[in-house]
Amino acid sequence: MEWIQQLINGISLGSIYALIALGYTMVYGIIKLINFAHGDVFMVGSFIGFYSITVFNLGFFPALIISMAACALFGVIIERIAYKRLRNATRIAALITAIGVSLLIEYGVIYIRGAQPEAYPDVFAYRTFDFLGAQISIQSILILSVSVILMILLQFIVHKTKTGKAMRAVSHDTEAAKLMGINVDNTISATFAIGSALAGAAGVIFGVYYTKIDPLMGIIPGLKAFIAAVLGGIGIIPGAMVGGLVLGVVESIVSALGFSLWRDAAAFIILILILIFRPSGIFGKNTREKV
Amino acid sequence: MKKSKQFWSYIAVAIIVYVVVQVLIMNGMMNQFYSNTLIFIAINIILAVSLHLVIGITGQFSIGHAGFLAIGAYVSAIITMKLDLPFILAILVGGLVAALAGLIVGIPSLRLKGDYLAIATLGFAEIIRIVFLNIDYVGGAAGMQVSHLTTWTYSFVCLLITVIVIVNFTNSRHGIAAISVRENEIAADAMGINTTYYKVAAFAIGSFFAGVAGALFSHNFYIIQPGQFGFLKSFDILIFVVLGGLGSLSGAILSAILLTVVSTYLQGYPETRMIIYSLVLILVMLYRPKGLMGTMEITDYFKLWRTPKGGGQHGK
Repeated sequence: MEWIQQLINGISLGSIYALIALGYTMVYGIIKLINFAHGDVFMVGSFIGFYSITVFNLGFFPALIISMAACALFGVIIERIAYKRLRNATRIAALITAIGVSLLIEYGVIYIRGAQPEAYPDVFAYRTFDFLGAQISIQSILILSVSVILMILLQFIVHKTKTGKAMRAVSHDTEAAKLMGINVDNTISATFAIGSALAGAAGVIFGVYYTKIDPLMGIIPGLKAFIAAVLGGIGIIPGAMVGGLVLGVVESIVSALGFSLWRDAAAFIILILILIFRPSGIFGKNTREKV
Repeated sequence: MKKSKQFWSYIAVAIIVYVVVQVLIMNGMMNQFYSNTLIFIAINIILAVSLHLVIGITGQFSIGHAGFLAIGAYVSAIITMKLDLPFILAILVGGLVAALAGLIVGIPSLRLKGDYLAIATLGFAEIIRIVFLNIDYVGGAAGMQVSHLTTWTYSFVCLLITVIVIVNFTNSRHGIAAISVRENEIAADAMGINTTYYKVAAFAIGSFFAGVAGALFSHNFYIIQPGQFGFLKSFDILIFVVLGGLGSLSGAILSAILLTVVSTYLQGYPETRMIIYSLVLILVMLYRPKGLMGTMEITDYFKLWRTPKGGGQHGK
């Protein structure tokens, strides 16, 4: 039952991508910025979780919550310092600033603690379940359940709370939202906070599952999460989840077929194909450009 | 007549610079370290100027320039090391293959704009890198040995040709059409400009010179590895263009010189170098989003020549 095993690996990996992609898609939906630094927030979250577990001897769930809270704060600080001034700047200036912030976080962390990788402690004893002939580790079940719970929570926040309504309104039409009395700045900060908290959670989960973290680990998952967001239709929350899962499963299949070195290329090929044939993504609607 | 006079005076200055440096190198007054730094500056200027054509003139936001650099580097290395052909041919073929890749990337990417194009070019560059990583013929991840063939003469001649071609392209009617694409693509299209043609042309020319730079790059080191052509390299090139001012050729050249010198001296402290880089990038974007020179050319400051120079100031 090799393929079930691969499918489960793919879903576990895909749900990590999905968690990061949610932050990308929300931020893009609201201020049209590819937040390159998002992958680095994921990395910082992973390190915060690591130090919470090793230095302060916390369990998995407290570490997860601390990491999410710290990342939420971190995301808001990044937004307030770097991106807020760029609301009316050109897209190129905003994108380059995001690249700059990303490099600053990566090399700032290297400067503080060095570039050597760190081995994540085992927070759960390694146990496997037999499921239709496939071995499922307790870690994959945990990843899946935490991701699913966070996604349900996000759906609740976006659809039922006042902040979520404000977020949807701002992403639909910023000017009109402002006229209706919505505090756009606070809403954008809330978006960054929620997105970064999800990235922080993804970081801790990633550490527990893959057991090795380093300061440059955010780049590739960050890019892939962005691909996942584009795949699902950028700005669309369910799209990010589906995109993440699809990407994770495709990567596992590519690895399983014996092309593991081409795994990263597969993600970029998917990106280019989707950009060429359906730039609005799986769930997106085509909009014509107005002159 | 005045323009050609101006052109020849620039060439004269360039030749004097070349001869002075060459004499210093021949006399041994300039040691290996300085001549290597000069070669490196020349390579970086070629890269900066070729990306300037794509981003600064045509307004197509490509952040995968290292991919074309990689193609030039590997193709030329194959030609000199595996096929034992002369270096000049390697430079030329490296450039041509990179231009071909530029066409292949350019044509599908035309449907994309802004952020999406940026991400697509980044993706293409990564795919190129991964392809080289997986070909055993060129050494895979371990890299490929290349003999040291790049000299000051080669790099200077390539640099001079690059700058002349790109300046002339910018000042020609093709360049002005490309600038109109940058300023407003829809309006340019409505005015009957074949935007597709100019975007692809800019991509192809830009990647040709990136390939030439790649040939010089690979023969300046003793080994090339796919890891050298990751997106950090693309960002390095992007920073030259952005810091100098999007749309300013002399800005790109000046920032390439400045940043190469700075990073050569900070070689021993890679973390500090990247922190300074990224801080500079953020601060310039926050406080001077047009880059240091904006769209001005250095000749605009001197006001020596009255005739408008360079394509940049047509923009704003």
